[in-house]
Amino acid sequence: MSHPTLEVVGLKKHFVVGKGFPRPVTTTVRAVDGIDFHVDQGEAFGLVGESGCGKSTAARAVLRLIEPDAGAIRFADTDVRAAKGSALNALRRHMQMVFQDPYSSLNPRRSIGRTLAEPLAVHGIARGKAGRAMAASLLAEVGLPDTALDRYPHEFSGGQRQRIGIARALALQPELLVADEPVSALDVSVQAQVLLLLKELQTRRGLAFVFVSHDLGVIRWFCSRVAVMYLGRIVEQGPVARVFARPRHPYTQMLRDASPIPDPAQRGVLPRVVGEIPSAAAPPPGCHFHPRCPRASDICRVSYPEWNDPDGQGFACHHPLDPG
Amino acid sequence: MNDATQLRPKLRWTGTVSTGVSAALRFVTRYPATSIGAVLCLIVVAAALLAPWISPFDPNDQHIIDRLQSPNTTYLLGTDSFGRDVLSRILWGARISLLVAVTSIAAAIAVGGTIGMISGYIGGRVDLFVMQTMDVLLSFPSLILGLIVVALLGPELINLVFAIALTAIAPFARIARAPVLSLKERAFIEAGRALGFSHTRILFVHLLPNILSEVLVMGSLWMATAVRTEASLSFIGLGVKPPTATWGGMMREGFENILDAPWLSVWPGIAILLLVLGLNMIGDGLRDATDPRLRGEA
Repeated sequence: MSHPTLEVVGLKKHFVVGKGFPRPVTTTVRAVDGIDFHVDQGEAFGLVGESGCGKSTAARAVLRLIEPDAGAIRFADTDVRAAKGSALNALRRHMQMVFQDPYSSLNPRRSIGRTLAEPLAVHGIARGKAGRAMAASLLAEVGLPDTALDRYPHEFSGGQRQRIGIARALALQPELLVADEPVSALDVSVQAQVLLLLKELQTRRGLAFVFVSHDLGVIRWFCSRVAVMYLGRIVEQGPVARVFARPRHPYTQMLRDASPIPDPAQRGVLPRVVGEIPSAAAPPPGCHFHPRCPRASDICRVSYPEWNDPDGQGFACHHPLDPG
Repeated sequence: MNDATQLRPKLRWTGTVSTGVSAALRFVTRYPATSIGAVLCLIVVAAALLAPWISPFDPNDQHIIDRLQSPNTTYLLGTDSFGRDVLSRILWGARISLLVAVTSIAAAIAVGGTIGMISGYIGGRVDLFVMQTMDVLLSFPSLILGLIVVALLGPELINLVFAIALTAIAPFARIARAPVLSLKERAFIEAGRALGFSHTRILFVHLLPNILSEVLVMGSLWMATAVRTEASLSFIGLGVKPPTATWGGMMREGFENILDAPWLSVWPGIAILLLVLGLNMIGDGLRDATDPRLRGEA
């Protein structure tokens, strides 16, 4: 196993919301409440969970697009949280982001060529003709012809725009891509093409990924390791195949059983999914999952379970499922 | 499957080649109000530009013998109490009206637009403070605010421009701020930050082009207001100093002889009316063209 590219320890992001007048009642939303993970060089690491579990916030905090409140983020050997000014800009060359919505991620008033050449000019990599040539080669890398350079975002389909967004993220030659639901806004057939493109880039460029998704199928196919998040915390983490084949945390099991299997022969009785994800502003005491958990006992209502990692598949549960 | 990388063909005009005349005709039949507004404004602009060549007399030459003449073949719109040719003065007056309207609104767009954009982009308490300051400015009726400023600084052209610009800063700050609030949440702005772009670059290279059309549409509507404010201030004697010809000033001077020679006030009044009407019609047309939600409404 190689040296970790990205290491996140105890990352926290709390949003404070004040409502009411004249005496506002402040509530703290614990969007990300102390998560640890690491991404190795060239590895695809998945973050999965229901909406509102804090996976997108975590991804943005890693890039400092949202300022984290606590915890440590190390990229290669740089402290990401301490970086300022030019050091932060230098870091941005190594970590880039691919966004969910291909319709809002491109400036509607800028041609594709200018959108792609702009980061090159800002970081002093290439200007003018050289920048345009590099933009064309970026387009070629994501499978678009260079006639796209002089066109505007509205002339492209969702899948094509997502390719352009990926090309822009590649412009600075990053080593890590943070992809926030990169395919969930696309049609299923287009999803497959964009996923194949990302996989190809991972092999060719040796890119590492933090891949955020709610789609277990996508995570299973794309990532080698996965962390399952629930209400701002990681409840289970390990190699994708093992985590989904033999989940230790009841929440992982619930997620897995709720995701459809494309095989009518395996069609069975859908498991009972109890309740919805509670608000992160008022998480239940003890284990956050206990109100929905079939295995919950008294201790689950009182104390949050310790992190347990016997064999490379870690989990936080008082009553884990059998590994067999 | 491979249409993912296939670009849509560029749309190409395949109809008959349209000449300038037929294109203009199509525009006129489709947007009659906007066309009328454009014609009215063009007439005033032409009058302002060509005043030295097309006015029959010098606007300040006093033909004492011919004073207070009603419209006739020599003085097409008559003469005032000093014997000055009213038509010539109206043509020259167009210059002041347009000059004040254009420069004051341009200044208001530059200052107010920048304030609004930055305020909306920063957000939070700064935004709250700035916009409440703008609300205070907005609570003064523009005529009163202009009156105070000109009364304090003196009736000079530059002070007039300053006064009118001051009244228009707050509205433009609001107009520029509103779209920034929604645009700054869009992913392309976040992408810019991830790519290490400076705030200045994000503001002026990425946000500005996206709000410009809304601001410019409002600009044409506010030009009409600026013309009215300038005329009002001139009417109460706080505009450009006599004997310079201004429409508002001419209306006031005409008041002294309103019973004997009503045309002295009527002609500049009509000129103001037509310019304000023209600017409003263009502004409404531009607004409808850029905002489909308002299409077809008053």
